[in-house]
Amino acid sequence: MSDVGAIVKPTFDAMKLKAEFPILARTVHGNVPLVYLDNAATSQKPRAVIDAITKYYECSNANVHRGGHALGAEATALYEDARSIVASFIGAQPNEIIFTRGTTESINLVAASWSSMMGETLKGCTIVVTEMEHHANIVPWQMACEKTGAVLKVIRVHDDGTLDMEHARELINDTTAFVSVVHVSNTLGVENDVRTICALARSVGALSLVDGAQSIVHHAINVTSLGCDFFVFSGHKLYAPTGIGVLFGRANVLESLPPYQGGGSMILDVTFERTTYNDVPVRFEAGTPNMEGAVGLAAAIRWFTALDLEALRVHEAELSERLLRDLNTIDGMRVFGPQTLHAGIASFVIDGMHAHDLGTLLDEQGVAIRTGHHCTMPLMKRFGVTSTARASIAAYTTHDDLDVLSAALLRSVRLLR
Amino acid sequence: MTIDQNINVVRQEFESFPDWEDRYMHIIALGKGLAPYNEVHLTDEFKVKGCQSQVWLHAAIVGGRVRFEAESDALIVKGLITILLRLFNDRTPKEILEAPSDLVARLGFEQHLSQSRANGVASVLKQVKLYALAYSMVRA
Repeated sequence: MSDVGAIVKPTFDAMKLKAEFPILARTVHGNVPLVYLDNAATSQKPRAVIDAITKYYECSNANVHRGGHALGAEATALYEDARSIVASFIGAQPNEIIFTRGTTESINLVAASWSSMMGETLKGCTIVVTEMEHHANIVPWQMACEKTGAVLKVIRVHDDGTLDMEHARELINDTTAFVSVVHVSNTLGVENDVRTICALARSVGALSLVDGAQSIVHHAINVTSLGCDFFVFSGHKLYAPTGIGVLFGRANVLESLPPYQGGGSMILDVTFERTTYNDVPVRFEAGTPNMEGAVGLAAAIRWFTALDLEALRVHEAELSERLLRDLNTIDGMRVFGPQTLHAGIASFVIDGMHAHDLGTLLDEQGVAIRTGHHCTMPLMKRFGVTSTARASIAAYTTHDDLDVLSAALLRSVRLLR
Repeated sequence: MTIDQNINVVRQEFESFPDWEDRYMHIIALGKGLAPYNEVHLTDEFKVKGCQSQVWLHAAIVGGRVRFEAESDALIVKGLITILLRLFNDRTPKEILEAPSDLVARLGFEQHLSQSRANGVASVLKQVKLYALAYSMVRA
């Protein structure tokens, strides 16, 4: 790609892509055109995904893994196809894919199941996370520590927002039982060297989990080359519906884990004396699953992988670079995180201005960004702020969108100064 | 003027600005003019819950009337608080407690402000009323 990129840059028509997203054509506050730059929170959905969900209900809806009728078989086939599509998207086998509600539930499932299996053998052992984790990758581990007597250890973040790998090497040692790290920070956009971290975990006999909530949409993911035991993400940041998420677990590790929730589907045989559990992955999918979500996720992955991904990465890198450049022209601007590695995420504050004030004034101008602590309160504390403003791009973000953001920011700053 | 009459004044003032920019310029100017807050009261005890930005509200009773002071790290919030305090400062606890419960809507805030801002104002208002309630019980 490097020499091709130097001569003929692949072009990506984001404007054309945008037309596939009905919601992006709407206006807000009367007749102000919408510029949606809150993609790290959730992405909008293309027509292909919306249609797939509608079609599922119009043509194929029935409970999966149950009814012996035609619709039941069709719905089951669609649901299991979705599992295969997800598996091949991240380089896994279908039996290694568990459908969940999202990243949060995926992490909770692993933390709860694994810690209940390990019990008090974890006393004095460590569970390692980083200072830049989302609360969803902190709280489930705190709960596991409380239950077992394990101790939570936190890898520090440098001033520039990158992870202190020396500290990681120090913390991941013989006492470590589990390492759970974020791939791309939702607040800083920084990409962590999770391959090295997973290798460190493996070298000391610890399990590893990679939180791919942000990376899934900006990086090509192969769970084998990452070397992780678990990889988790949500559908809704990948142009798929909300309420569907994925837990990848290495087959032999999943086999060893006890069920997370009990109910229908996850059993082989139930008597009041004794219940035997079904095989992985359905052992971890108690109850009627989110079938439309799985169908929507499959449609989103099909739609996404049909894009010219090489050109898309170039487009996103260009936009990220430009976003940072634009922000840095504003007086008193402080952009968090390294100035080169942003996965389309820019978190910032401006001297003397509250992020919420900026967010409010941008909103009046149709620009949707996120303001707040981004569910990373320890990281906010680390950088001495209570909130930041965050703009984040997606495949449909255009240079025009960034023009609007720049103008709207300047106008807001003028009002607040 | 009663609180009720004051609400109408604020609403009219608010609606006299034809566009969002003028409206916010007005709110921001009010925010910059908010009376200084005693730093001693800048503690968690006086922090208002339910606001996206940090807001502190302190009250004292002076001659049977409630005197509020408030602070926020966000300028627009300070402006909105200024408007609220204009309505409630130096009122008796009884007057404050009898203020209409749909006050935020009547001020036009729901219509003219983003939802999170309107919610923040509602949280401050709730705290204002809690102070009034506490003082009304002390006096009774």
